[in-house]
Amino acid sequence: MNLTSVPITYTSGEQIEVYRFSVPVTIGVPLLAIFFQAFVPRRLPFFSIFDFPLLVTIFFAMARRNPITGLLTGAAIGLVQDMLGPYPIGIYGIAKTVVGYGASSLGSKLDVENAGARLLVTLGFYLVHQAVFFTVARGMVNLNMNWSWSHDLLAGVANAMVGTVLYFALDRFKQRA
Amino acid sequence: METVLGRYRNLIVLVGVLFLQVLGLAVQVKRIGDAQNTRLIRVWAVDAVTPLERVFIRVQNGAADLWHNYFYLRGVRAENRELKQQIEKMRLEQVRLNEDAEQAHRLQSLLAFKEQYIAKTVAAQVIGSCASDLSRCVYIDKGSNDEIKPDMAVITVNGIVGKILKVYDSSSQVLMINDQSSGVGVLLEKSRLQGVLRGTGNGELMLERVMSDESVSPGENVVSSGGDQIFPKGLPAGTVTSVKPGREMFLSIKVKPAADLNRVEEVLVVTERQEREPAVEETGVRVRAADILAKRLPSVPDKPPSPAPVKAGTGSGTAAPNAAANPKAQSTSTAVAKTGASGKPAVAPIQSPSMPTDGFPVKTNAEASATPLADTTSASKPTPSASEPSPAMKAATPPANPAPANTTDEPH
Repeated sequence: MNLTSVPITYTSGEQIEVYRFSVPVTIGVPLLAIFFQAFVPRRLPFFSIFDFPLLVTIFFAMARRNPITGLLTGAAIGLVQDMLGPYPIGIYGIAKTVVGYGASSLGSKLDVENAGARLLVTLGFYLVHQAVFFTVARGMVNLNMNWSWSHDLLAGVANAMVGTVLYFALDRFKQRA
Repeated sequence: METVLGRYRNLIVLVGVLFLQVLGLAVQVKRIGDAQNTRLIRVWAVDAVTPLERVFIRVQNGAADLWHNYFYLRGVRAENRELKQQIEKMRLEQVRLNEDAEQAHRLQSLLAFKEQYIAKTVAAQVIGSCASDLSRCVYIDKGSNDEIKPDMAVITVNGIVGKILKVYDSSSQVLMINDQSSGVGVLLEKSRLQGVLRGTGNGELMLERVMSDESVSPGENVVSSGGDQIFPKGLPAGTVTSVKPGREMFLSIKVKPAADLNRVEEVLVVTERQEREPAVEETGVRVRAADILAKRLPSVPDKPPSPAPVKAGTGSGTAAPNAAANPKAQSTSTAVAKTGASGKPAVAPIQSPSMPTDGFPVKTNAEASATPLADTTSASKPTPSASEPSPAMKAATPPANPAPANTTDEPH
């Protein structure tokens, strides 16, 4: 069987593909996501419910399927996001490191190429991200935060839906390793 | 050993990266109180992002200006007409308010009140946020190049927005009042109760430190108290939306911010404040509070001069004009006016010139000017208005004939 004839989005569990991305995409897409996160909610406050840097972290981690690359990507994106805020650097960094590691580990074991799997994985990792973030922000930095299941579930579903669409758009930048 | 490292390589790297970040975070948390210590890494991040945001803002504003100023001019003529009418109404209102303000300033100056004035502001544009749902902060396009410094107040015409947290060359980070690490000294406009306005984790504003036995009603305005040394006193901060019993002995008061913090686009940074006593009048003449009070009190119309003037210092109300003209005599006459020469109350003898026919006791201008002012001036250091008569008083009190002088007030 010729591997090059297998469609990218229908990779089976036995034939899990590893992808790589060009340097401009590797740097540009996360920066664009962070910029989007900083810029758009000022004009459209509803958009603050979305976490575009997180979605990009999950996408890159799942596509590369390498835990080390995934956690480093998550750490880098999270730290840059932290740098723009007034609080100590590392809160988002730690949360996204965990998500990057988890998503890439999951991606190397399961087929996460179809829409349903992506929706569930994104919802799950959004909640993981929020849980780690909440723990660090409250436990270490002593920020006054309240956990709201309703808000986080709603935000998780919203992010999962947007993420699913976003992943298919970003699939175009994939290159077979 | 190699096998173990190879087998758990991913996990080891994860733990290592997390450990480094936790360590870094711990170091920062220890230094969180030092607001001036801005890390270079933050400066780099901000410098990398803000130019891009600035370009976007300019393009967006340019397009919007082009559309609104050159193409979309429908209804402008009618709007202009309405605005002109509105200006006329507001001018009339302004005249009235100016008069009230002048009076308030005069009274404040008599009490040696010092006010804080916003002397200089710098207009700035919001160019981005902190890319986090956790923190409520924004970036503005003015920095140390524009004399912006940390802890300067950031306001809009609607109310207070926040304070400058970090300053970079051409941009600054503004911590908004609804951030959970923010705190603003405020007071309730009607009840004058003081409290602290704090943000919550979900971006709401809560008024803290108001005792549960106080009465606070929804709809009451909250203004800055000036106690935090950041916001000048009297700026609108918000409106009370709900009041509930809180923890311990305090009320839980939710406040809606006066400025729309989610959509704020242009702000003013208060770069200079002045503390000075309020100007009294353009001429610089100080009018005594007692004079103002006396003008407001009811009085009787002029009467023809009395053939038998009453001598000063006899316990009658006619002593006051002399007292106003002569500070020494004033203090003496005040003492007399208070107790009376024969130990009787001073109000009683004031009958012949100023008592109406129905016998209702009326305070005259001179009486009113003598009593309260003498109390203050004798107890504290003499002010110019106390040591010598003001021109207004001189004009109101003919020096030669003291008897009818205290009845010269125009009826109000």
